[in-house]
This record gives sequence, structure tokens and C-alpha cells, in this order.
Amino acid sequence: MRGSGIPIWFFIGVLLSIYGLMIFGYGVYEWNTGSYPPLVQLTNLHTPVWWGGILALLGFFYVVKFRPGRASK
Amino acid sequence: MIGLVPVSVATGLLSSVPALLAFSVAPMAHLSTLDIAVIATYFGMVIWIGFYLKGRSNTSEEFFMAGREMTAWIAGLSFVSANLGSLELMGWAGSAYQYGILATHWYWVGAIPAMLFLGLVMMPFYYVSKTHSVPGYLNLRYGEHARVLAAVSFALEMILMSGVNMFAMAVVMKVVLGWSITFSILVSAFAVTLYVALGGLRSAIFNEVLQFVLIWGGAMLVPILGLIQAGGVNGLKTKIIANMHSDSYFHLWRDTGSFAANPMGVHWTGIVFGLGFAISFGYWTTDFLVVQRVLAAHNLRAARMAPIIGSFFKMAVPFIVILPGLLGLVLLQNPDGSRRQLVGEDVVAACSVDTTSSKVADPAACSEAMTSKTNLTTAAQEKVLSAAPGTELSSYNQALPLMMVRYLGPGLLGLGITALIAGFMSGMAGNVSAFSTVWTYDLYKPLINKKGSDSHYVMVGRISIVLGVLVSIGAGYLVQKSHGIMDYVQALFSIFIAPLLATILLGMFWKRATKIAGFLGLLFGIVFSVSLFVWVHLNPANLRYVALSPYAKPMAENVFRALWACLFTAVVIFLVSMVTKPRPAAELEGLVYGVTPLPKEDPVPFYKNEWTWAILVVIIFAVLNILFW
Repeated sequence: MRGSGIPIWFFIGVLLSIYGLMIFGYGVYEWNTGSYPPLVQLTNLHTPVWWGGILALLGFFYVVKFRPGRASK
Repeated sequence: MIGLVPVSVATGLLSSVPALLAFSVAPMAHLSTLDIAVIATYFGMVIWIGFYLKGRSNTSEEFFMAGREMTAWIAGLSFVSANLGSLELMGWAGSAYQYGILATHWYWVGAIPAMLFLGLVMMPFYYVSKTHSVPGYLNLRYGEHARVLAAVSFALEMILMSGVNMFAMAVVMKVVLGWSITFSILVSAFAVTLYVALGGLRSAIFNEVLQFVLIWGGAMLVPILGLIQAGGVNGLKTKIIANMHSDSYFHLWRDTGSFAANPMGVHWTGIVFGLGFAISFGYWTTDFLVVQRVLAAHNLRAARMAPIIGSFFKMAVPFIVILPGLLGLVLLQNPDGSRRQLVGEDVVAACSVDTTSSKVADPAACSEAMTSKTNLTTAAQEKVLSAAPGTELSSYNQALPLMMVRYLGPGLLGLGITALIAGFMSGMAGNVSAFSTVWTYDLYKPLINKKGSDSHYVMVGRISIVLGVLVSIGAGYLVQKSHGIMDYVQALFSIFIAPLLATILLGMFWKRATKIAGFLGLLFGIVFSVSLFVWVHLNPANLRYVALSPYAKPMAENVFRALWACLFTAVVIFLVSMVTKPRPAAELEGLVYGVTPLPKEDPVPFYKNEWTWAILVVIIFAVLNILFW
């Protein structure tokens, strides 16, 4: 979106950051305690850790790049 | 968008609702606290966006057209996202499980050529005319009668679609999570009303872009992890051929030379002319739900680029939809480790378990359905009839949720479910925002109050959103009470869209088309399309005449009906135009090809030019079709 105001990418960044941190945090807890959900496959790949990390990094990038007051026109 | 949802899900999931609701259905998944937190965060975010955008939606141009200040990227993502609903994701994953990559036609030939045509050829006329809606263009080209006919049919379609969408979401949440139907309907309706009534089209577009990101973030893990477990693409192919004893699951065109040679029962002529032209061009170039997103672009170049950007993502969607369906064929397992076979919704309904007795309600009907409609072994059938825990049948439409449950643990599952909820809610938001625009600009303003102030029309738009959602809730409960209605609502899309396509194309590219011809063509085209639908509905054997083959299956009906309706409308417009007086060329400036000087666009580097990207899309499209021939 052009013009002033908070761009959609900032909202997306906030949401991805929150989701990334939640999922990454759970993944680390799961890895440390070894308490994997019994019916879920491929838990050995520690998906929440790397997927949560990717979401969080992407989210941080968007939050910083599109933070209010800095949005490119 | 329900209109492009496969027949299997549209007439399957909802038509089996009585059984699903009357008897016990064990939820497929149980959400953890983390999952609930993920879903709640999404609801918090959309309501925040709604309140934030309220202050930027004060004029009618801001409320109904998002201020016409969207970039090509936002308009493009919103454009493609408006068609990426959850019913579609689940339905096409189920179709891929049944038919293999034939289902991909609805994403490639059934979308890409039309999207490019909209961006490169049609967009200048929509944009230059500064119309607020597709019925608005009809008014400029053919006059008031054509506008009112198109607006009334579109408004009716949007409200019913929104109701069906809402109810479909509630059913999916009931089946997947065990949530109450009323709870799901009320929560989703409240959130959608709040953020669209506050922020208008801008809010709807924001949430569509948000939904697009969520769908990829929530669903992309399924094919990635599935491919790892299946041993890559080659491993998947080997396993499918071993299980299904056929390699036709991997061919887009090879087996479409006859209706009988492919499991979908379609012929390549139907795919190319019916789907690739009548349905696809009708939907992507004349359905106001999607065109509205592009009209909100900030200039003509952005409006032309938006569908082209969208087409790149559209070509990629089969990765998160078709691939999980194919993976489900070889990876889904029963609790005892045997391969889990999914079946039709009718079989699931026939084998429903009675809540009081905890037994299959009608064992004879269940046994008959399994024998006649599935390949389940006798031992597997006996397990189902025993109604022991873990032996329930699952339908094709549950392929995607089942794959999610298989790979996604706490948090990630919540993200996947959020993606489905977001898909449903943005679909509803798209329906009601388009309804609100058409109601206000094409019905209320010209017919009821021509002299209202700008703020008055914004208020009418907001009220129409609230009322539209209330009527949608009523429509949703009507579907629950009378399930046959779903068939009619589903058919509305193909009934209206094909005549509209012929009317707009001839209006835009043939200056001889007259006002009365446009109106009569649209009217008789709709009547003809309804007649074909009723004819086949009353006697399914008539499908052989509509689709020109005794081997045609229901999937072929929509595409051929759309093709005939489009051609019929074109013939009516041509004949009536030839005997009526054409409009002077000067009146058609800005509306018709050949008499409209297109605005000169500033020169840009080749990498910013829409033609460069369109050529790249064509090359990728051709390569994909050859690769999966």
C-alpha cells in the first residue's frame, strides 16, 4: 500500500514474529525434554525448531524493514 | 471461492452433513493450549487491523475501492488469495488423491491464460473507465438494465456463497476439531463483520494478503515433510505405481483423449475450451470478487502487473494442494500400520456411528456402500462395521487435514488450522465486501437514493455489510436444514459467469454490440444456463448430451454447460446487434477496443515491464505442461 500509515507487511511481520517465537520456543522445549507428540511423524527432524526459527527471522525482517515511519513509498 | 471448488467437495462434504451431525464423529485432532494461542493471536490481529484501518476508510473511494492506492504486489496477492479458500485447498487435495495431477488443470490452464489476458488486454478498459464494479462497466457499455440484472444476480450469489462458506467452515471445524457448528459460525461472522465494516475493502485486502502468508506458512511443511518420508519425487512415483498399478496419476494431458481413459471423466476439449476459456476467463476476468482487487491498484501499470504477479503464485499453489493429496495416497496409515484408504463422503455418511449405541447406524447400507464404491478388502470392511475406535472411515476431502495431523505437532498444527480458518474468513470477507460495493453503487445509488452525500454511501456500505453477514448466517442455517440447496448455490457460479463473460468480451472488443443486445444476451444466456442445469438435475442421464459423451462424469458438466452458455449468449448478442442500431463511436470511447486511446505509460526498465514478466509466465507455464504431459 502506498501513502502514509502502517503497511500490511508490518502486520505480517508482527504476526510471523509472534508465531515464530511461540513455535521455536516449543520446539526447543520439546527437544530438551524429549517429550514428542506420540502420533506425529518425523519428530527426529525437530521441525518446530527450524520452521519456527525461519518464521521468526522472516517476521523480524519485515517488522524492521516496514516499521511505522520508515515504510518505503 | 466456492465456485471453483471441485464437485467432490461441494456436493460431497455438505450433502453428507445430516449424517455427520446426527451421529458421532470422532474429531481428527485435539488442539493443545499452544494451538489455541496461535488461533487466538490470529483473531486478535485481524481485529486490530480492522480498528486501525477504520480511520482510513472515511470516504466512499477509501471504503469501497481501498483509496485505489494498492501496489501491484498487494493487489496481486489479494487477487490470487481471494481464490485460495479453504474449501478449495481441501477439495483439490482430495481430488488429487482421487484423480492424480489432473486436478492441477484448475490451477494452470484453468487460471494462467485468463489472468494474463486480464492484465495485458482487459485491464486498461476496466481501469480507464474508472468504474467501481463490473456491473458498473455494463452500465457504461450497455445501459441500466444490463447493470441491474448483473448486480442483482451477483449480489444474490455473493450472499449465498458467503453463507455456504460460513457453514462449510463450521462443518470442517466440527469434523476436524469437534467444535460446535453455532460457535464456529458466530465467532467467524463476528470477526468478519467487525473488520470489514470498520476498514472496508482495504481491510479485506489486508486480511487476504495475511491469509496468503499464513496458508504458505501453515501448509508448506506438509509436502516438504511428506516428500522426505516418501523418498523424494522418485520415491513417491514408485510407491504410487506400486499401490495403484497405474502411472496416470502423473499425467496432465496424456489420458484426456477420451472421457473413459481418465478417472475424472473429462476430455481435453472440455478442459481447454470449457475450463480454460468459458469458466476460467469468466471467473478471472469478469467476477467482481477478484476484479475488485485489481481495480484498487494505484495506477494502470500496477493494475496490469497485479494479475501477472498473481499468476506466478497461482502456478505454485499445486505444491501445497495437489502434492499433499498425492502423498496421502502412499503415506496415510491406519493405527495398525496398513495403508489408509480414503473414500467418498457418501460412504462416510453411510457408515456413521450412532452416538447412543456406539455401533454403525445402518450396517447393511454401510456394507453395500463399501462394496459398491470402494476397494476396501473384506477384512477392512469388517473392521469398519465393528465400529471399534480408530476404524472410522475418512473422506477424500480430509486428505489435507489428515496429512497436517500426521506431521504437525503443537503450535504447527495450530498454524495449519489457522490457515484454514483464515482461508474461510477471507473468503467470507471477500464476498461481503464485493456485495457491499455492488449493493451501494449498482443498486442503492441508482435505484433508491441518487443524491446521497459521500458519507451517506459509506454508512450504507457499512450497514449492508452487517445485514449481508446476517443474511449469510440465515443462508448458512438454511443449507443446514435443506442440503439440496448447496447444489443450487454451487451451480449459481457457473450459471451466471459464462453469460457474463460473453457479454463483457463482446462489449469490450466489438463496437457494433448494441445496448439491447447486451441486456438480452445476458438475460437469455442466464435462462439458457439455468435450463441446462435443471435439465441435467432432473435427469442425470442428460449429461451425455451436455458433455457430448455417455462416459462424461459430473466434473465435465460444469465446464461444458459454461461453454454452451457462453456461446449461446454470444450468438444472441450477435443476432440482436445486427438488427438494432449501434451506439455512436464517440459514446464508446474508454469502453471499447479500437475507439479507446490507451493512456501512455512512462517507459520503465525491461525488468519492470509487465510484458517481460508475462512472457516469463508463459514459458514456465509451457514447461510445466510439457514436463507433466
